[in-house]
Amino acid sequence: MAAGTLVGCASTPQTAAKAANVADMPWLERLTFGVNSGVLAQYQKLGRNGFLEAQLRGTDEHLPQAVAQDLAQLPIGELDAARLVMGIAAEQKRINALPEGPDKQAARQKLNEQGNQAAYEARRRELLRAIYSPAQLKEQMVWFWLNHFSVFEQKANVRWLLGDYSEQAIRPHALGHFRDLVMATLEHPAMLQYLDNAQNAVGRINENYARELMELHTLGVDGGYSQHDVQELARVLTGVGIAAPRPPQLRPELRGYYVRAGAFEFNPARHDFGPKTLLGHTLTRHGFAEVSEAVDLLVHQRACARFISRKLAVYFVGDDPPVALVERMAQTFQESDGDIAAVLRTLFTSRELAAQAGRKFKDPMQYVLSAVRLAYDTRLIQNMHPVTGWLAALGEPEFGHPTPDGYSLQDAAWSSSGQMSRRFEIARSIGYGSAGLFDPESGGPATLVGFPLLTTPVYYTVLEPSLSAQTRNALERARSQQEWNLYLLASPEFNSR
Amino acid sequence: MNRRHFLRTGLAAAPAFTVAGRLFAAPAGTPRFLCVFLRGGYDCANFLVPWSSSFYYEKRPRIAIAKPDPALTDGALALDSDWALAPAVRDSLGPLYQQRQAVFIPFAGTDDLTRSHFETQDSIELGQPAQTTRDFRSGFLARLAGTLNGATPIAFTDTLPLAFKGDSGIASISLQRGGKSPFDDTQTGTLRGMYTGNHLESAVREGLELQQEVAQAMQEEMQAANRGAISTKGFELTAERMARFMRTQYRLGFVDVGGWDTHVNEGGAQGALATNLNSLGKGLATFAAALGDEWNNTVVFVLSEFGRTFRENGNAGTDHGHGSVYWVLGGRVNGGRIAGEQVRVSHDTLFQDRDYPVLNNYRGVLAGIFGTLWALGPQQLDVIFPGARPLDLKLV
Repeated sequence: MAAGTLVGCASTPQTAAKAANVADMPWLERLTFGVNSGVLAQYQKLGRNGFLEAQLRGTDEHLPQAVAQDLAQLPIGELDAARLVMGIAAEQKRINALPEGPDKQAARQKLNEQGNQAAYEARRRELLRAIYSPAQLKEQMVWFWLNHFSVFEQKANVRWLLGDYSEQAIRPHALGHFRDLVMATLEHPAMLQYLDNAQNAVGRINENYARELMELHTLGVDGGYSQHDVQELARVLTGVGIAAPRPPQLRPELRGYYVRAGAFEFNPARHDFGPKTLLGHTLTRHGFAEVSEAVDLLVHQRACARFISRKLAVYFVGDDPPVALVERMAQTFQESDGDIAAVLRTLFTSRELAAQAGRKFKDPMQYVLSAVRLAYDTRLIQNMHPVTGWLAALGEPEFGHPTPDGYSLQDAAWSSSGQMSRRFEIARSIGYGSAGLFDPESGGPATLVGFPLLTTPVYYTVLEPSLSAQTRNALERARSQQEWNLYLLASPEFNSR
Repeated sequence: MNRRHFLRTGLAAAPAFTVAGRLFAAPAGTPRFLCVFLRGGYDCANFLVPWSSSFYYEKRPRIAIAKPDPALTDGALALDSDWALAPAVRDSLGPLYQQRQAVFIPFAGTDDLTRSHFETQDSIELGQPAQTTRDFRSGFLARLAGTLNGATPIAFTDTLPLAFKGDSGIASISLQRGGKSPFDDTQTGTLRGMYTGNHLESAVREGLELQQEVAQAMQEEMQAANRGAISTKGFELTAERMARFMRTQYRLGFVDVGGWDTHVNEGGAQGALATNLNSLGKGLATFAAALGDEWNNTVVFVLSEFGRTFRENGNAGTDHGHGSVYWVLGGRVNGGRIAGEQVRVSHDTLFQDRDYPVLNNYRGVLAGIFGTLWALGPQQLDVIFPGARPLDLKLV
């Protein structure tokens, strides 16, 4: 394609722009993983407030038919965590009992490959939803909470549990009540394995999860707890673990305290029934009810409301969000008993957010997804390996953060020199061809070849008005459509939202 | 000859050469400094084993490392009558220690008592006095780089570490991957042009340049491999590439290594911690060898946010503790010894009845090293570590 043609079309406004309020475009960009045709249509139909309310409900998760079919076929959906935990443990036991030799090695390798495949499928499922679901705010919040309650695929048997963790512990509560998220993650075997609470028992204290539950999940490091509170909470959490195939034999007086739900188990024989104080309060309940009481205490702290509100504001608004906004969000958090949608409503209707339009540097997830959403809109990507590869190359693979603090939400974490050049390489991969996205995973010929055309109605409506003179100048110098794609995807404007 | 003479030739006095806005290496013989951060709080008591302490063996029934046995060539290596080096690093760090190129500083650490990984890592990297409001835009290595004209700093990490946060952009690039640059000169120029005047301008420029350098390094590695060199992986590979960068252009480096948070099944002479230590030790020995003569002008400082509980926990692991053991390596460091203030390892010397105490504050230790290494005065050191008292441990 000749450069002249490109320059020509780049200056032609498209009709879609007429129905959209240009001033709302940066706001739509933050509510979504990148505006696509579906977002524009929904916004035009519902108006600004209607669109926001629909996103806060997050109930319209209607996927394109091909995507829905694809998701339904993923084998990972067939097994719940309880069956997975026991199945994997049984298989590991069987393999360990095999005599040393090639058979044992082959069995190990096969199980290992299954685990890697399970982790990939979990990532693929998250990505399919994040790219194609109309409930874009919910999808961002699923990512946000998976990052907040981060688990690492390479620990213990976590790989097998990632799909269930997202499906059961995170997704149902992504826009719900914060306390439910804490309890759901506390009871999930992925978290119990990852932060070692499955091993925490009376006389064999492991304080790893107790500490992170306060520091990273609820209060924040300055949230007003002490080392003594960590030790007390670790005692509270004794006995919270993963169900064995058969319930334990318990003394009669303990049987009433036993709890079992799926892969989760509260084993009173492993619990410390001694008196405890947490944050200056004497806990009054016993057994698992005491865990619930402790979580209540944590999530009702002002420190928790502030900590969660600030983190949301950092993600959606900017690195150093205005204190007044965070305080209003924390107020909403407390008044609504930790209703996440209500807190987000405060955020997305704030002047402070509007004032930061276009200034938040996209993290790798936001960058890669916005690029493929612009390039392919609702067209089903056949092969997710390029996407997971780009996320890994940019340092933000899903379920790949080794430490429980999750990925940084700060701009500077993603804009260092090494990352900028890598981002440009990915911009090139996406701009210059189909990048393997349409090579079916089951083999066979690519279903789409060639490079994408980024000069879509979405481009003219959302991106084109925001471009600087320098970026326009670069685009005009493009010697081919592919190079034009590269410059657009590498531009400062496309790298921010 | 004064064995430390070379190190006193301060970079502060050396001219910086700049060509097209880019700093080039200071003359040969000026010091290099590499900071290796072990993220996760490594269990120092199973690295530098207090083998004369019966308390150690009493409190670590499942994970203690056996006392050095002169008859064994693969057991712990006795360094003196109190301390021994873990078997996992015997073949990598042992020779360095014996050649007086390694010093260990037990009971080292911070004032931070949160026992939080992230909080303590941040506080170390910022290097600011405890109990002051933190400025998250100013890390101690960035302040050091600002003090040393022409230090050409670089972080061998995916993201710029807090230690290097400052006013001027500092290059960062992970050496775990790399490849040929896909951009021709026109494209490189256009990409840079889009960021002229943008706050990411220098990151973009550095990124595109570094990308080419890594690509070149990889090409040379491939040629070496074709000639039969052993190919390395993991931290060893990173270390080999770091040496390449630091031998020529960069004088101030940072790298981090993860995987030290051993709450469960830590292992003893073998196991999870040993495997990680083994890889780290091999990597650093590789780094030393790959620097060639310039190893004599290099100091490597290894630290971690905290030590771990002295007693093993209920899961044959250890929980977050306090005092740690730092390492100082280099061709001409004042090595072959255990440095800093020490106490006997016993029940009554434990901090809060659970951890090693901190007797050697990281700010004082590092200020002491920097002062000697670059002949920095008290005022300059006070910029790098405000309010710290440099400790003269005669390390370099």
